[in-house]
Amino acid sequence: MHIPDGFLDAKTVLVTAGLSAVGLGTALRQARLHMPRRSVPMMGLAAAFVFVAQMLNFPVAAGTSGHLVGAALVAVLLGPAAAVIVISAVLIVQCLLFADGGLSALGANIFNMALVGSVAGYAIYAVMHKVFPSPRGRLAAVAFSSWCATVLAAVCCAGELAWSGTVPWAAVLPAMTGVHMLIGLGEAVITAMVIAALDRIGFAELPTGLAARPGGFLVYGLLLALGLALFVAPFASPWPDGLEKVAFMLGFAHKAASHSTAVAWAGGLSTAAAFVCSWGLAGWLVPAQRAEGKR
Amino acid sequence: MSLFHGLLEHHCRMESPIHRLSAGLKLIVGLGVVIAALVSPLPRAWPILAALAALLLLVAVLGRLPWDFLARRLLFLEPFVLGVAALSLLRPNGAADFAALVAKSSLCLLAMIVMAATTPFADILATLGRVGLPSLLVTVLTLMYRYLFVLLDETERMSLAKSSRTFSSGRVWTWQSSAAIAGGLFMRSSLRAQRVYDAMCARGWR
Repeated sequence: MHIPDGFLDAKTVLVTAGLSAVGLGTALRQARLHMPRRSVPMMGLAAAFVFVAQMLNFPVAAGTSGHLVGAALVAVLLGPAAAVIVISAVLIVQCLLFADGGLSALGANIFNMALVGSVAGYAIYAVMHKVFPSPRGRLAAVAFSSWCATVLAAVCCAGELAWSGTVPWAAVLPAMTGVHMLIGLGEAVITAMVIAALDRIGFAELPTGLAARPGGFLVYGLLLALGLALFVAPFASPWPDGLEKVAFMLGFAHKAASHSTAVAWAGGLSTAAAFVCSWGLAGWLVPAQRAEGKR
Repeated sequence: MSLFHGLLEHHCRMESPIHRLSAGLKLIVGLGVVIAALVSPLPRAWPILAALAALLLLVAVLGRLPWDFLARRLLFLEPFVLGVAALSLLRPNGAADFAALVAKSSLCLLAMIVMAATTPFADILATLGRVGLPSLLVTVLTLMYRYLFVLLDETERMSLAKSSRTFSSGRVWTWQSSAAIAGGLFMRSSLRAQRVYDAMCARGWR
């Protein structure tokens, strides 16, 4: 999901850079004011951990393999502010050192993966965990929030690409969202398994200096709302009409009726299917992990 | 995995006229190349892009970067570019857009690869800290870079230990043991963070 250079136009580059600067600045300010000094090396080590964990392979099928992204994982373990800083650090190193993700797209990548991924992931996790406070409920909340974080980041990414006029929204949304709904399933299972493994060896008793502390959600919420309003809403609000408009601009208006209905149906069906699959997988995974724990 | 180890340090610690230039200058030139490539207007962009590519190749030659290293890094990153750019083929007159997109993106990739391979990351961080990147972020980035390679080694040892103990190769088992490695790695990282904090305090950190 790392956007390379050249895919975003000037207005998108500037807007995403501004949004992510404010978001990262808020997280850094929170860290400076509210976190003990002990947490500084913890964030550095967590960033190195995320970088390395992204290279662990999870074989899927036919030679392909998935890997962890980690925003929701870090948000659940260390809290949203630390997660924003940690994932941003990972993205900065990947951009400057490995040319993975463009320099001009760094703001957009930080917005999608660090801000949307961590903050939305943590918010969904926190709400679900409050509703289902049992250990199984916690794992289900972890799985579902990391799936949502992946898909939301992909939707924002698609919105930025379409807002730049690089690729048509009608093509990029189903492509990005469809692929990441599948990738998100892997992310959900892996994240829940890692959290289960950490629960088993008693990570919660460690004094990391980083209690998961909610706060600053007003700023984050406003940023995310602004981002979604800019990148996604103009395309998504009149859902079939927007597609028809894009189709008309693309010059295949005569095919639009059947095409846009088909795309909308495919989108709706794949959303429903992915929801069912993720819940099913979470349900399958949780008893398996518990059995493992008892052994 | 060990692909990443020698990769950077090896090239960015070499000796050449380019390596001796200050990190700030190289950052500005890299940023300049990226911006110039991105804002050059589409129909007449090709001479500008060609000139920028020539400049980058000159820097690569002066910096004594091996060709196969540059080609390998570029090819490794190219699939992402091609994948997204292919979607632009769906627009009217998409072929020209596609070519321009791929050319611009590849040029920017080359610029970043050449900059990273001729500049030690610590110098980049020091420069960014001087121009106003918050000091907390600089500290986190420095620590991350310092322990990245330690954790890579640790992961390699854990994977080796896993595969020397494992005789079955079921998918569920592989996933569970990979998750256990990731969990164990996080646990080790947080324990190491506490030792690092104690060591930093003992040396009078702030």
